Amino acid sequence: MQTQTSTKPRALAAPNALWQFVARHPVPLSFAVLCLLTVAAADLPLVFVLNELVTRLSRNLFLVLSLIIPVLAGMGLNFALVIGAMAGQIGLIAVKIWDIGGFSGFIIAVLFSTPFALLFGYLTGLTLNKTKGREMITSMILGFFANGLWQLVFLLFIGTIIPVNNPEIILKGGVGLKNALDLKFIQYAIDRMLHVNIMGIEIPIVTFAVIAVLCWATKFIVTTKIGQEFRSLGQDLHIAQVAGIQTDKVRIIAITISTVLAAWGQIIFLQNIGTLNTYASHEQVGMFAIAALLIGGATVVKATISDAIIGTVLFHTLFIASPQAGNNLFGDAQIGEFFRVFIAYGVIGMSLLLHAWHKYMEARKKTMQE
Amino acid sequence: MKEYWRKITDKYGFPKVCITLFLLLLIALAFMMKQDVAAMFGDSLVRITMNGILVLAMVPSIVSGTGLNFGLSLGIITGLLAGCISIEMNMRGMAAFLWALVMSVPMSLIVGYGYGWLLNKVKGDEMTVGTYVGFSIVSLMSIGWMVIPFTSPEMVWAIGGTGLRSTITLTNRYAKVLDDFMAIPVLGTKIPTGALLFFALFCLLMWLFLRSKTGMAMMAAGDNPRFAAASGINVNRQRMIGTVLSTVLGGIGILVYAQSFGFLQLYQAPLMMPFAATAAILIGGATAKKATIAHVISGTILFQALLTISLPVINQLMPVGNLSEVIRIIVSNGVILYALTKVGGSH
Repeated sequence: MQTQTSTKPRALAAPNALWQFVARHPVPLSFAVLCLLTVAAADLPLVFVLNELVTRLSRNLFLVLSLIIPVLAGMGLNFALVIGAMAGQIGLIAVKIWDIGGFSGFIIAVLFSTPFALLFGYLTGLTLNKTKGREMITSMILGFFANGLWQLVFLLFIGTIIPVNNPEIILKGGVGLKNALDLKFIQYAIDRMLHVNIMGIEIPIVTFAVIAVLCWATKFIVTTKIGQEFRSLGQDLHIAQVAGIQTDKVRIIAITISTVLAAWGQIIFLQNIGTLNTYASHEQVGMFAIAALLIGGATVVKATISDAIIGTVLFHTLFIASPQAGNNLFGDAQIGEFFRVFIAYGVIGMSLLLHAWHKYMEARKKTMQE
Repeated sequence: MKEYWRKITDKYGFPKVCITLFLLLLIALAFMMKQDVAAMFGDSLVRITMNGILVLAMVPSIVSGTGLNFGLSLGIITGLLAGCISIEMNMRGMAAFLWALVMSVPMSLIVGYGYGWLLNKVKGDEMTVGTYVGFSIVSLMSIGWMVIPFTSPEMVWAIGGTGLRSTITLTNRYAKVLDDFMAIPVLGTKIPTGALLFFALFCLLMWLFLRSKTGMAMMAAGDNPRFAAASGINVNRQRMIGTVLSTVLGGIGILVYAQSFGFLQLYQAPLMMPFAATAAILIGGATAKKATIAHVISGTILFQALLTISLPVINQLMPVGNLSEVIRIIVSNGVILYALTKVGGSH
């Protein structure tokens, strides 16, 4: 009896702490459960799952991290990540035309894409400054619009306005790029530079080092003056303006940083994949990166590096396992395929919804008080 | 000259003027290239009536204050579902089409009610949330199309016997029932009288509705919610009516679209359809806050004529890839973007 009474408060305290932990991180935890169930249902060998996961982390994490700064600056989720990815692809197409392979090709692609990314980021920033308060829908439509311009340039201008003499990548008529460009000459340029194999799991050290540098840089930026300005914009745009911060300029800087990082991220992504789908590779970059970030527990107004990492792990575990799980549970892999697309859209929708709901309730509370 | 340009763009809106000029250029080019302009006009007419009601569906949502309805795919899905059910019931011809319409309405009412409830909780962010609600439901319904136990061999995959096909042919069912109703042959093409009348009927009904008491209240609620609330109008209720009406019209619109197109397109097909409808009404001169029947009609005519005529003309000028598709993407997203920058920031 004695022992029972003495352990009772502790037994109560433990679930309480657990409950608080659950209540604080509902999204990542529920997705963790979903991931475990999906992996269990898929019944794939663990080494395969881990191997895929490491590859996908090295491939996608850079892109996901590039979303953080606009969130800090109160501009919401940057759906215009697509535009940054396009800049990166311009770099890759350039090295493909010049036929520079390996690591030097990778570096030249990065250097060549950067001015484009700066320009695109600046233009995106200008557009978003005209649509304050509805940045997310604007950046999304901007992404679609840019996709149209991309197709116009690479279907029509290549071979006519931009002279290119490389029959390997040009369509038969001499105008326009082919649907798929082979990037074998640059594949694994940094992934296989230095890699270790731990129990059958291949780890690309250089890629992860680059990602670690980005994490550190993001943390560092927050502590600088411009980082403080991002945060005060994120707190309240109006007050930041009154306090004398040039809000429009700071917003442009935030979105430009994101665009440049997205360009580099897309180059890292494609050097791992090894093929460029000229007219499709960039299309879903923004959506998948945003879904990953949100699954990690980020919201429209708050995103951290750990959100990005946890979210990418969870989202891509789901990605690896869900087709096989769909096959095992329903006898059709296509269901799993649709399911993961639904998860991506659904988590974004849910997050936007909760944010908008919260904002609306706050506004109503304010007017009620007045 | 500059003064005149400004006056005209102020009056009709910048996109409308630009698109009209571009369209005139294309028509002139078509004449010069000695293309079959009469057939082009015939095709344009078919496509105008085909898309008209989907564009009309934007009107109630805009005037009730919820902005451009990027969640129109919800209504589109209920319409598609009704279209499938009418085939499952083994109906043909006009009866099948009309039954599909009738069945789509209650489903759209339910879905529209839920969607309207949601939009009332997220005032100010309807467009962003609506887009992703639409995307989520389209992808959720992709699973739905695979597991709903339809049995008609015309609709399910030949191999396996479960799950609907991604496009369902309507040739033996209700393809062209409206288009061919009292069709008048002119200069080698034909005028789709039935579809034209159907579109006109819905425009008229919407016009009448906007002049009814409820319609007036809805417009007041959308125009200035605070003022409307002060004068005793239940703003949330009006927004709800607008959203439900928009969803119902979305369901009817896709059935009209499908009968003319000849196929029901399932799975990912409805994903981007709301954007085309939005672009059309914006080209007509509507904004995210103001829309009239005139905007619907002129916008649909301009946008669809542009798409129809640009295809042969541009293909003859520059036979590369799918350039008219590229023009569609640029024009439709360009006008939406333009409209978004014109709404003005909330800060």
